[in-house]
Amino acid sequence: MGDFTFFLETTISGLMTGVMYSLVALGFVLIFKASGIFNFAQGVMCLFAALTLVGLMEKFGLPAWLAIIATIGVMIVLAWLIERFVLQYMVSQSPIILFMATIGLAYVLEGVGDLMWGSDVKLLDIGLPQGASDWMLDNFNIYVEKLELVAGVVAAAMVAVLAVFFQKTRIGRALRAVADDHQAALSVGISLRTIWVIVWSVAGIVALVTGIMWGSKSGVQFSLSLIALKALPVLILGGFTSIPGAIVGGLIIGVGEKWAEIYVGSLVGGAIENWFAYVLALMFLLVRPQGLFGEKIIERV
Amino acid sequence: MSATAQIRDEPVTGAAAALLAVNNIEVIYDHVILVLKGVSLEVPAGGIVALLGANGAGKTTTLKAISNLLGAERGEVTKGSILFEGSPIQALTPNALVRRGVIQVMEGRHCFEHLTVEENLLTGAYTRADGRAAVQRDLAMVYEYFPRLKQRRTSLAGYTSGGEQQMCAIGRALMARPKMILLDEPSMGLAPQLVEEIFETVRQLNQEKGVTFLLAEQNTNVALKYATYGYILENGRVVMDGDADSLRQNEDVKEFYLGLSAGGRKSYRDVKHYKRRKRWLT
Repeated sequence: MGDFTFFLETTISGLMTGVMYSLVALGFVLIFKASGIFNFAQGVMCLFAALTLVGLMEKFGLPAWLAIIATIGVMIVLAWLIERFVLQYMVSQSPIILFMATIGLAYVLEGVGDLMWGSDVKLLDIGLPQGASDWMLDNFNIYVEKLELVAGVVAAAMVAVLAVFFQKTRIGRALRAVADDHQAALSVGISLRTIWVIVWSVAGIVALVTGIMWGSKSGVQFSLSLIALKALPVLILGGFTSIPGAIVGGLIIGVGEKWAEIYVGSLVGGAIENWFAYVLALMFLLVRPQGLFGEKIIERV
Repeated sequence: MSATAQIRDEPVTGAAAALLAVNNIEVIYDHVILVLKGVSLEVPAGGIVALLGANGAGKTTTLKAISNLLGAERGEVTKGSILFEGSPIQALTPNALVRRGVIQVMEGRHCFEHLTVEENLLTGAYTRADGRAAVQRDLAMVYEYFPRLKQRRTSLAGYTSGGEQQMCAIGRALMARPKMILLDEPSMGLAPQLVEEIFETVRQLNQEKGVTFLLAEQNTNVALKYATYGYILENGRVVMDGDADSLRQNEDVKEFYLGLSAGGRKSYRDVKHYKRRKRWLT
């Protein structure tokens, strides 16, 4: 029994880490879908959002809910600024140039974040439940962090909302149209600039949620921006254009990492967790380069 | 040369009746490549005007200059003016133009492949603010003109046939309630029967809904059958224009665009002769 419980705990812990990866990957997918830009700054956006949130709470003494709303506002303004000063001039440039622009953006954001709120590690406490879940412990005799359960629920809710937004609303339809064919979207009167602001805003809000979850778990610090690198294998696994792909990919990587560390790691001296994801991604690139859920290139016969 | 079809020698001055007037525009791509060298044309309200010419003559560029889609391809209008309903439209974004009633159906259809046919049609209504009921009414109207789209409404546009995609693209443009549709090469890659079907619908839309069309076509034969007026572009210039009928009767058009000639097969020398003659006249 003990072994099985341990296995379950490992799995659940892996799933919850995976949810975090999924959230970061989600931000990537949104922007990639709508503008074909691989947004290197997504990780830094998480850091920036979390920093802003902590800063607003600490320096101005705002209550958590107000600070969250204000931060959402900041992320929307940021999206607008990015469109106004960067993307607008980059239409019809090649993807690599856009990618470079987002690298630049990442450093600018990081600097601005540091400048405004300082670079020391900060605690983020917006009143999310901490500690072990007694209910899980009592009923299933499994140790699970409450925070991780909350993260799981929040991620699920966010995906559901995004799915409805993309499938059912006029703006969502326009977003998918832009993802399919920029030129045609322009020709029917969809304003790319508006769409870009919207999609970067949504990605900013996703970044904020990620920042809150991750920050509550391990504090707000520079390493937050590095989880973006973990999102890379997630994207390769799930497919760059698929929202469900980002979720499933994140979960697979999260669980896979933990399993590998515990069941294989001991055989080779440990520390598998850090590179397991990349090896998995590499294997996927060889076998199924479009990812698990990547959009098939439609070809009529 | 027949009496009515005339070789153009000076740009048209904007007549009051014209819905669209393009005055002597020049288009340069990438700051260096001169593609249109002074094109002028007029489209009367309620007309079907054909823009004819071979590959690379500048038909698509002319349409994109009007719909202002050149920017994304690093092209720009450097001279001349474009008037719609009497006011200049060069500075308007495609979005504003669609709101004003000018919409383009691009060459090669450009449907949104991963959206269903119905979703494609609905994206056409993106700029509208007159409510869901009105949009649903127009959707029903589009399905009436293109019953085939109704059958395929739930399939992804990428999996439909070329003809269906062309219908979908035209239907999508209709959903914006345009006054004028710029139709680029609707016959491309379609079977002759389908081409007729699509042009037939264009004529119906023109007569029943009062939609004005400016269409670019390589298929001179079909285009002149349905259009009321035609312009022939060569090397970025309008070399000839006239009523569809007079163009059809014109010896040069017959020979070089309709593939009909009285004297049997033509040799290369005759083509050279035509080109020399044309150079004199332009």
